[in-house]
Amino acid sequence: FPLCPRISLPSSSMAAAAARRVSCSLLRRDHRHLLPLLRPFASSAGGQPQLTVETSVPFTGHKIDPPSRSVDTNPSQLLSFFREMSLMRRMEIAADSLYKSKLIRGFCHLYDGQEAVAIGLEAVITKKDAIITAYRDHCIYLARGGSLVESFSELMGRRAGCSKGKGGSMHFYKKESGFFGGHGIVGAQVPLGCGLAFAQRYLKEGTVTFALYGDGAANQGQLFEALNISALWDLPVILVCENNHYGMGTAEWRAAKSPAYYKRGDYVPGLKVDGMDVLAVKQACKFAKEYALQNGPIILEMDTYRYHGHSMSDPGSTYRTRDEITGVRQERDPIERVRKLIVSYELATASELKDIEKEVRKEVDEAIAQAKESPMPGPSELFTNVYVKGFGVEVSKPGRISDPK
Amino acid sequence: MATAMALRVIRRKASIAARGFSSSCEAEKAAKPINLFSAINQALHIALDTDPRAYVFGEDVRFGGVFRCTTGLADRFGRSRVFNTPLCEQGIAGFAIGLAAMGNRAIAEIQFADYIYPAFDQLVNEAAKFRYRSGNEFNCGGLTIRTPYGAVGHGGHYHSQSPESFFCHVPGLKVVIPRSPQQAKGLLLSCIRDPNPSIFFEPKWLYRLAVEEVPEHDYMLPLSEAEVIRQGSDITLVGWGAQLSVLEQACVEAAKEGISCELIDLRTLIPWDKETVEASVRKTGKLLVSHEAPVTGGFGAEISASIAESCFLRLEAPIARICGLDTPFPLVYEQFYMPTKNKILDAIKATVNY
Repeated sequence: FPLCPRISLPSSSMAAAAARRVSCSLLRRDHRHLLPLLRPFASSAGGQPQLTVETSVPFTGHKIDPPSRSVDTNPSQLLSFFREMSLMRRMEIAADSLYKSKLIRGFCHLYDGQEAVAIGLEAVITKKDAIITAYRDHCIYLARGGSLVESFSELMGRRAGCSKGKGGSMHFYKKESGFFGGHGIVGAQVPLGCGLAFAQRYLKEGTVTFALYGDGAANQGQLFEALNISALWDLPVILVCENNHYGMGTAEWRAAKSPAYYKRGDYVPGLKVDGMDVLAVKQACKFAKEYALQNGPIILEMDTYRYHGHSMSDPGSTYRTRDEITGVRQERDPIERVRKLIVSYELATASELKDIEKEVRKEVDEAIAQAKESPMPGPSELFTNVYVKGFGVEVSKPGRISDPK
Repeated sequence: MATAMALRVIRRKASIAARGFSSSCEAEKAAKPINLFSAINQALHIALDTDPRAYVFGEDVRFGGVFRCTTGLADRFGRSRVFNTPLCEQGIAGFAIGLAAMGNRAIAEIQFADYIYPAFDQLVNEAAKFRYRSGNEFNCGGLTIRTPYGAVGHGGHYHSQSPESFFCHVPGLKVVIPRSPQQAKGLLLSCIRDPNPSIFFEPKWLYRLAVEEVPEHDYMLPLSEAEVIRQGSDITLVGWGAQLSVLEQACVEAAKEGISCELIDLRTLIPWDKETVEASVRKTGKLLVSHEAPVTGGFGAEISASIAESCFLRLEAPIARICGLDTPFPLVYEQFYMPTKNKILDAIKATVNY
């Protein structure tokens, strides 16, 4: 990771220092509202200094010319990346504790380590674009505009949850943001995602679908069916393989003859991306969206890593070494990368960033407290939404249980 | 004679069973209290030990599997016989059928029964019909699919399903469900050695919870034979797998109210032992079937229809089915969905007092 990347800050060093002074005082207060004010004076048109940062590694393309590794960004974007990824990290860690204290039950698959994928993706798409993913969905939900309270409520099976408490960890959805969830069966969401893209092609609104899946799912037959159909019909779908290198307990090289998932599409082009570098993810997704709208499907392989085990039932250390996990944490952690960028460009000081983290922690704690207040859904919800109301069989033998109303 | 034979067995198993033996003709075989996953593990060790053409494979089985059922197999029998597959149920099933068609014993694991549906086509169209459509030229009898099924308290939609009835609708397959460790070991070995493709559903709730004395030697229990595990005279209860312990609790409660229940473990769902159930219903005149799967189209429906047909004049009350509700397996509502002891007790009383 280059500590001194190329910078093209048009303002002078004096101005930069002034910018930092401005940002200092702004960041002490509610960061989000004041972020747009973080504008230095001598800058390019548009108000914010443009930064150009190089990605950690260049992109590798399969049957396509990869985009440039120079990514345009700006201070407020980097700061918001930092804040949002910290929020996601904090949420997942809090979910871990809630699970251990049995407030969350069932299956809980945590995303910490992979935040850059969710954030980088969201940065370049609109809420009319669709995202569909598997069960490691808490952070994607958050990125799509979901709230912490709905997230924790759903995890704890409460009424205020995004799926009314009926879905749980694996089934977060948000229709108004084009988030099609949250799927338990591995790989099943990919053909679904291609179907969404099919509909988008009819709608002609210039929207695309990002269908996310893991390295384990990459070996599912239905993936290849989906690829073939998407390519045949030029569907605007981007298949994103979040390759965290382990399909539950099985390392990728044990499960796949070719772990080069970006090449698996054969006739479908692909790009290999450092999934721990949020700017690389952003660049790749932007490139992919433009490509898909013109040409049809493309595969993005995000080289990422999860710190937790597959789920809360899996310690995550029986099939990988602790050294490996700590190594990734030290060298490739997505939040640390952005922190270093911010500090080295003097967009904020280390202690200001720590303040953001404290704020985030507080926000998460408050959301948990609020979520805990939400009641469980009523017993009658057991029977709702099996069929459309009035068009399905009423559940038989109602007399044996408390009155379903 | 019997003692000599027993002694030979004992000497063979000396390394495993270092215990004293009674000197009766039916020498007590050494048995240890173990749980369900250990019993299944023992069965798999024996299966691989006794047949060099037996293989165990599935997702994550090499390190022992998510439920520890395959512990130690890879170390003992090597990675050519015990191996991980990629995450592709349809592939796993198809591959297993092919392996079995070449005369091997393919013991494939589907990690959770909820994931068996991509393999459904392979099992229904390829496995079940192979012998039939080839005029007995080929078969995949060596196929056994093992899969954990059933509620576990917090499994939600995709870690709790009981899909056994889908497969009961397919002539050519055998569906076997054990209720306890001792039963599981014997039934699994029978499935593995049965010359027909079998699906062995393991009640995951009982993996750790059920502990029983399980004989350490190689033994098999008969397929297609139900077992009357509790004698009674007022009503016949039929179930399988984990549900039997719930039924048993209901029997105990019913006994306090003077109702004598006869409890039958079906053990094999297809081909099922109609005679045992019919004999029992002829004795009691009443039947209650209970299973976790949703009531409509569940295997209880087949039992009800069949018994209604054969024992119509003997029946003194409608056949009761206390089963899961007709909803997807819910997340937080599990205790409402499940066929609990109280629901069963309620139905026992209603049926007996009809």
